[in-house]
Amino acid sequence: MTTPYILAQIVNGIILGSMYALVAIGFSMIYGIVRLINFAHGDILAIGAFASLAGVAIFSLPFPLAILAVLAVGAAIGVFIERIAFRPMRGAPQVTGFIASLAVAIIIENLGILTVSAQPRTFRVPHYLNDLVNIGTQSIRVIDIAIVILAVCLMAFLALFVRFSKIGIAMRATAENYDVARLMGINIDRMIMTAFAVGSGLAATAGLMWGSKYGQISPLMGLVPGLKAFVAAVIGGVGSITGAMLGGYVLGLAEVLFVGLLPSEYSGYRNAFVFGALILILLLMPNGLLGRNLEERA
Amino acid sequence: MDQRASYRAFILVSLLGAGFVFLGTQSLDDYGRSIIEFVGINIILAVSLNITNGLVGLFSLGHPAFMAIGGYTSAILLIPANRKALLLPDLPHWLASQEWTFLPALIAGGGAAVLAALIIGFPVLRLRGHYLAVATLGFIFIVQSLAVNLSGITRGALGLSGLPALTTLWWVYGWLLFTLVVCWRLKHSSLGRTMLAIRENELAASCLGVKVTHTRIFAFALGAFFAGVSGGLWAHLVTLISPSSFTFLLAFQLVVMIVVGGSGSIIGTMLAAAILTIATEMLRPVEESLDLFGASQILTALCVLLVLIFRPRGLFGTAEPDLLRWSGLLFGRHWTRSGSKNRRKEVS
Repeated sequence: MTTPYILAQIVNGIILGSMYALVAIGFSMIYGIVRLINFAHGDILAIGAFASLAGVAIFSLPFPLAILAVLAVGAAIGVFIERIAFRPMRGAPQVTGFIASLAVAIIIENLGILTVSAQPRTFRVPHYLNDLVNIGTQSIRVIDIAIVILAVCLMAFLALFVRFSKIGIAMRATAENYDVARLMGINIDRMIMTAFAVGSGLAATAGLMWGSKYGQISPLMGLVPGLKAFVAAVIGGVGSITGAMLGGYVLGLAEVLFVGLLPSEYSGYRNAFVFGALILILLLMPNGLLGRNLEERA
Repeated sequence: MDQRASYRAFILVSLLGAGFVFLGTQSLDDYGRSIIEFVGINIILAVSLNITNGLVGLFSLGHPAFMAIGGYTSAILLIPANRKALLLPDLPHWLASQEWTFLPALIAGGGAAVLAALIIGFPVLRLRGHYLAVATLGFIFIVQSLAVNLSGITRGALGLSGLPALTTLWWVYGWLLFTLVVCWRLKHSSLGRTMLAIRENELAASCLGVKVTHTRIFAFALGAFFAGVSGGLWAHLVTLISPSSFTFLLAFQLVVMIVVGGSGSIIGTMLAAAILTIATEMLRPVEESLDLFGASQILTALCVLLVLIFRPRGLFGTAEPDLLRWSGLLFGRHWTRSGSKNRRKEVS
């Protein structure tokens, strides 16, 4: 096991972590404001991937512009889902919202199967993104570098938005104390909408990245990455945006190193490892790395 | 009087059921029988999941994992030794020589599921609400990847095929009856009250001396037992078990049955399970002819959303629809009145 090999694994972990982080942010934002684990969040990933495929193939958008389109489509769908499915049952017990999100996930997946069929499709990126760049001992695809840079830019932008903009401050106030925020005249509906829009937009972008990294997309592609991103959000502390970013990278690195450093007969246990880690973390440090003790979890 | 009336009603209903089963075995073709068998298995699953999700208020999604454990256990115990040598050459000797009969194998499957439930239950049941849901969901994926990777025992992704088709209507009916009796007695026993108390207010319950953790683990393990048994029934009905047999989708369908029927209501869950299974089966040919795969699942999911929005407690809430009184209208009212009054008071 040489140093370049380990370095290559770490690079892979950072790429995977960037995508997990983008999805995990949505989980955390939505949970922070409405206390809802949105199971359908992973499926936004698939929607994003197909939206970019459609954008490039049908409307022949240049690839960078497709990213903006995907962000917009994801945000719109997030808002739509919230309005249709989650708003009518706001104030119900937490589990009700969770069941509803399961139902939404099933609907999205099966609508996907109905419209574009469950058969995986190839996802092509422009050839200039497939070139190799040599950095030190490593040769990395341009698309991989682009994924990490784009993810970091989006997260930095989000951090600034939440920290300094008026809406961002209002969102933080709502997450801090829902009732008091409402008494202070914050429009809660708008805050929830914004959380869904931002979270889903980021998840859709992650879908585009997933497609361009692995070259294949299908309507069911979002299920497992979505669940893993939830694990990432738990690692970071559900409700904390910075925590979700951190958790994404921690999980991405841990997963890749688990597969890369252990003998190959263990690599089939990849999913078992991630979900075993989830159960352990929920038990040992239920508030994650950066979360605060908001309410009972364990 | 009350006690005797419900015994009489129970015997009446179970004889009636046995009559239908007899008719079914005589008149239905294989396809029709298998649908009824699936209905029965789904009722066992949904009603037993309702112990944890409805009575104790723990939202578990782990049933498919327990089904897989029970199904594989009973399948391995049941495959004849010479065929096992062919299918699973790497099996340890003490397992390879086992050739059990159906009932002990099913019970062993249930027992294995209980064991798994105890191991996973102690850490996981400390979690609440949707955290528990996600942890048990993770458990499904863990069991799935074990089933894929422990190929010496499970034959990996290929699964165990060509299992003996031992599951008959009578087996399903027997287990269904057993499940219903256990769940019904449990719900109306002091232990059942304890469970409802935990669901309604855990702190108050533990102040009154309820052993919360014990009760939860008991409920979880009991549900797991029935899930393990139905896993065995399922495997020997379709004569195949593979890691993709029991997925999260099944967990969702079971949750749908509970939500629609009313969490905590045994009869409501039964009705919902029967209707949902039959409806899915009836829609299948329509789906195939119109090339609309997945449409029935979309419909189910939409139904759940509507129920959650407009009738969040399900059809019956925690109550049992008063079959005694309904049957009383048919068979004369004299022995039903007191029973029905009491029951309504208990559950409201």
